[in-house]
Amino acid sequence: MANPSLAGPAGMIARPAGDRSGRALLTLAVLAAGLVVVALFSLTSGASDASALGVLRHWFAGAPADALSARDRLIIYDIRLPRVVMGMLVGAALAVSGAVMQGLFRNPLADPGLVGVSAGAGLGAVSVIVLGTTSLAPLTALLGPAALPLAAFSGGLAATLILYRVATRQGRTSVATMLLAGIALAALAMALTGLLVFIADDRQLRDLTFWQLGSLAGATWQKLAAAAVVILPALAAMPFLARGLNALALGEATAAHLGVPVQRLKYAAIVNVSAAVGATVAISGGIGFVGIVVPHVLRLVVGPDNRYLLPGSALLGAALLLLADAFARTVVAPAELPIGIVTAAIGGPFFLWILLRRRGIIDL
Amino acid sequence: MIELRDVSVAIGARRILSGVNLQARPGEVAAIVGPNGSGKSTLLKALSGDLAYGGRIAINGGDVAAMKPAEAAGLRAVLPQAATLAFPFTVHEVVKLGLASGRSGVPAGEAGRLPERALARVDLAGYAGRFYQELSGGEQQRVQLARVLCQVWAPVLDGRPRYLLLDEPVSSLDIRHQLMVMDVARHFAAGGGGVVAILHDLNLAAMYADRIHVMHNGRLAAAGTPGEVLDDGLIETVFGCRLKVGAVPAGGTPFVLPQSIASR
Repeated sequence: MANPSLAGPAGMIARPAGDRSGRALLTLAVLAAGLVVVALFSLTSGASDASALGVLRHWFAGAPADALSARDRLIIYDIRLPRVVMGMLVGAALAVSGAVMQGLFRNPLADPGLVGVSAGAGLGAVSVIVLGTTSLAPLTALLGPAALPLAAFSGGLAATLILYRVATRQGRTSVATMLLAGIALAALAMALTGLLVFIADDRQLRDLTFWQLGSLAGATWQKLAAAAVVILPALAAMPFLARGLNALALGEATAAHLGVPVQRLKYAAIVNVSAAVGATVAISGGIGFVGIVVPHVLRLVVGPDNRYLLPGSALLGAALLLLADAFARTVVAPAELPIGIVTAAIGGPFFLWILLRRRGIIDL
Repeated sequence: MIELRDVSVAIGARRILSGVNLQARPGEVAAIVGPNGSGKSTLLKALSGDLAYGGRIAINGGDVAAMKPAEAAGLRAVLPQAATLAFPFTVHEVVKLGLASGRSGVPAGEAGRLPERALARVDLAGYAGRFYQELSGGEQQRVQLARVLCQVWAPVLDGRPRYLLLDEPVSSLDIRHQLMVMDVARHFAAGGGGVVAILHDLNLAAMYADRIHVMHNGRLAAAGTPGEVLDDGLIETVFGCRLKVGAVPAGGTPFVLPQSIASR
């Protein structure tokens, strides 16, 4: 569906019919620009009236030092900026992880939430919240603020490794077994999480509830640094899986015939997804549906080529989460809604819409 | 040269192939025929590196079991019986996946246009912008063939022959496109490459194959030129029906053979 007028920056060279790469590149450029705008908007909006213009003047125009008051400076640099950066990291990680999972499972509805990765990470995090002052006290004392992200990451990775062991026989992974094993693992992790919730005290319950709903509140540079160490390498690695995932769309055997080392590809996808998802669950709790909505919307525009879909998902996921967060922060100001409620409210109906649209077209 | 020596495949306790010896030479079309469940597809899967097997399979002297996927992808391309796609790729995008191994054998500047040429070769010029899922089964099969052709466009690369492994390449095609696809295979062989194709149509096999290999109960029942292999006795033993080779139907019932096509 090469529309010459949409052929993008390199559009001077005529592209063959059915080649959507020009349109995809243009979309990436638009998304990148859009993300910058959304980030600036996010940085300058909120309960405080630190003005957008003041911030921009302060940054770009070399305005006198008094362009920002000390209070505004604190709000911008220590509260909003870490939150914006965290929102971008979390949104990008969730969206790209979703796209990679969908490529791996050859199913547009696959999501890290589906194969138990998120549930495993959640179990790890809840263990620290509930048992952190009792049985796990030595551990939390040792690790300090890093205990929560590390526990979530370990939980996600453990779930993924068990999953991989169960679903892989003689070096081959069965996608159907993997999906079903993921459902079983998620149920088990939820049961254990439920048990912990059952024994939690009232204060812990409140922490748990807010964490489970998902939130970007309480972002600090330290928390961010701990998560970024895991998320950034995973985000950087995943676009390198794009070509292999494209071939995998034709099936595992055909991908291998095309020269793709399929087992290595699957293993790399699994490790990177569980790392990225574990770390995001740790810092932001249960933010759902980003991994399904973002790649699906993008596929409608740029097509299913992962070379454009993966970077595009990172950009759109980051922008979308910032918008959802801005909405969550302002809609009931000065209080703030957990962002997980916003993404679920958008994502749930969207998910159903995909189901209805695809019913009968593609076997789910 | 493709060489199978004493190849056997067992899935669980069931033995699907036993003691198969087979050679497919470059410059030739080799047809594999046989009844359903005789092991034809299993043979092709072992040859493609999809299955663990006993014995030895070598392509141009290299052991298939020890070959890296990328190395094998430069030596042979495999046409599956049917391919479903999970995502809405355009025809162009599917065919272009054939270029993934980067060993099509055309100069780098021409590779971008190769999908169009491959589509024209399978009579699908003008289909590049369509969505794969919207095509008929026969059209999808030809799109896959175009993809496979892109992978090994040059039948000989760096002085070494390459191979097309085709699993029932004409199973969902009308007679005109059956002939066209078999012409593509013969053209590839004439260019110095080798073709191994599973066929059900014995007339088509007799017309196009240089050698026919007959599978029966997981073993090779016969191999040779069409004239050597196709006789009444073998067909009765292998297929279990009493047919006469070369007999014209009694009573003037019309019949149409691919061999009767006017020379082009």
